[in-house]
Amino acid sequence: MSAVFKPDETFRGDFTYRNSPEAIRRFPLPFPEDAYMYSVNIEPHLPGPAGSVTEFAFDVDEHYVAECRERALVLAAEPLRYQALPHMMSSQWDCLELIMESLARDYPAHFSLAKRGNRWHWINRPLQIDQQFTFGDTASLPREPLEYITRQAQGDFVVMDQREGDLWTEAGMVTTQADWSLDFDMGMTFKEWHGPVPLAHELQVFDRALKFLLNLRLGQPVRRLNWTMTINPRLDTSPENYPFWGTDRATVTADNAGERVHLRVELQGLWRLPRSNAIVFGIRCYLISLRELVTVPKWARRVHRVLRDLHPALVDYKGLTRYRDAAVAWLAPYDDGSPTTPGTSPE
Amino acid sequence: MSDAQTLAVEVVGIEQVTPLIKHFKLAPVGGGDLPAFSGGSHIIVVMQGDRVHKNPYSLLSAPHELQTYEIGVRRMEESRGGSHYMHDAVVVGSRLEIAHPVNLFGLDKIARKHVLIAGGIGITPFLAQLEDLHGGGVPYELHYSVRSPEHAAFLGRLRAREGERLHMYYDSEAQSIPFESMLASQPLGTHVYVCGPAGMIKHVIATAQACGWPDSHIHWEQFSAPPVGDAFEVFLARSNLKVHVPPDQSLLESIEAAGVEVQYLCRGGVCGFCHTRVLELDGELIHNDHFLSDADKAKGKSIMPCVSRAHGRRLVLDL
Repeated sequence: MSAVFKPDETFRGDFTYRNSPEAIRRFPLPFPEDAYMYSVNIEPHLPGPAGSVTEFAFDVDEHYVAECRERALVLAAEPLRYQALPHMMSSQWDCLELIMESLARDYPAHFSLAKRGNRWHWINRPLQIDQQFTFGDTASLPREPLEYITRQAQGDFVVMDQREGDLWTEAGMVTTQADWSLDFDMGMTFKEWHGPVPLAHELQVFDRALKFLLNLRLGQPVRRLNWTMTINPRLDTSPENYPFWGTDRATVTADNAGERVHLRVELQGLWRLPRSNAIVFGIRCYLISLRELVTVPKWARRVHRVLRDLHPALVDYKGLTRYRDAAVAWLAPYDDGSPTTPGTSPE
Repeated sequence: MSDAQTLAVEVVGIEQVTPLIKHFKLAPVGGGDLPAFSGGSHIIVVMQGDRVHKNPYSLLSAPHELQTYEIGVRRMEESRGGSHYMHDAVVVGSRLEIAHPVNLFGLDKIARKHVLIAGGIGITPFLAQLEDLHGGGVPYELHYSVRSPEHAAFLGRLRAREGERLHMYYDSEAQSIPFESMLASQPLGTHVYVCGPAGMIKHVIATAQACGWPDSHIHWEQFSAPPVGDAFEVFLARSNLKVHVPPDQSLLESIEAAGVEVQYLCRGGVCGFCHTRVLELDGELIHNDHFLSDADKAKGKSIMPCVSRAHGRRLVLDL
């Protein structure tokens, strides 16, 4: 999609982030039916319809420039939001190559990549970056390769090393997260990392997901959607900054929920990396206010029902306890009880 | 997985490097680069002979050299046709299909030291891994055992690059790897990797365990060719199909020939991807894989159709 960037949007302070009508219609609703429970909802990350968020490997939308600036603000205050252990350097170059090649191929108007052997020339026009460097030579870039390229990408990235029949969280850039911390989770195994998730362990979701991911193949990436809710369009809901956003949840009423409460959807992609045999886990965050959401009548009915009937353990885990009732009350007038069509399309 | 994403390659070089091993160079049809990979990876080569063979071969070329992939193929005495096809039918200019590389035998990135042990054709995955180890700053040593000097494939390149880190052993000169003393004297944090004949792998694992090595530091890879056996019948419950498995065809190959797709990665009894539930059994399973535990094999509730077989009156699979 040839989005018009909105470079001045903010995700903090005055919260000027908004979705255009086009961005609303392509929003990745994570509810194919009127009720929600966990599943291993992994599917091949194949190109979706033109204009959809899955058309390309990495979606670049109207919020691109503003999100990159927000990431820089977070990193300036807390540099440890980016970390990589020393043995992850080959996976860093793998990630840089994957992201640069994808963006240059899919958005030639915005990005270009020229290679002469190991001499690479990268141009990022929206961010006005023109960089020549030697692939594999860390000293030829202003920052480590993973930090360098993920400062120019939307969404968080976690790189997992594969050894001992497990996946280890050992590098990442995490500034747009739903209340989890890379600094806390560094070095953890797959199941340690997902330890706090309720119900899913009993359903053996992580046993099956780990087994699946250990066999993830080169050239066959996969994706899934996950979701939660966030008060205000705040990308950085980190445990580190809980004092700045935790209290927002007490400000929601049935009157202001339409503007305050946002559905937060993560488009999660997983790629096997070639040189390192590691896996990169991309977590791309999309935010939409309830007010924007109800401009699509089917989605208004769908989200009202999902939220109203959500399992209590998930209400707690997703941090919705304080304001779920207010959000359901705000949505109720938009649900006339008529059936919804299956699937997530707006019609 | 399935073969949906194979790459077309052309054979651009063949060299007979020992009396039994041929060295093949494969380049992408239409030019360009092949996908990058990590040392220890294998590819599945799809051969369209009188029938289709799909064999796993380790990549032995440098992971950063992507104009060609290189593999070494040993002529197997009891071949069901795959290695004979590669040796006898494939010539420079032949075209083959290959699957993307998969690594089931990667180097541990936090090891303090690597000890690589190769027997015969088992040298191939190490040739690529050595490229990753050069200049990496982590100490390593390679122990390479062959029948006799004429069977020492790739010795020239190993001598030139590895110098004193290479230790050669020739059966013909009554030399053997001193497994016990070598494994007993390694510093903490060392990982051992072994690829070679089944007996050698078993011996290394047992010796390392007896020396107190943790299992997480012992790595091995051995692709089994599907053994020849008696013919048998299998019923696929979900497909409602009866399939005949002839003596020289594997269960997996017979199921595929009947038009039923089974997910796989290695076709050599290692990865566990083709794991299939056994619904009914009157007879016994002949497990030839390295994936199921002895306890699971004894239970008879699952089978790896890539290398395992059955004999008896009735076998029903959840396919």
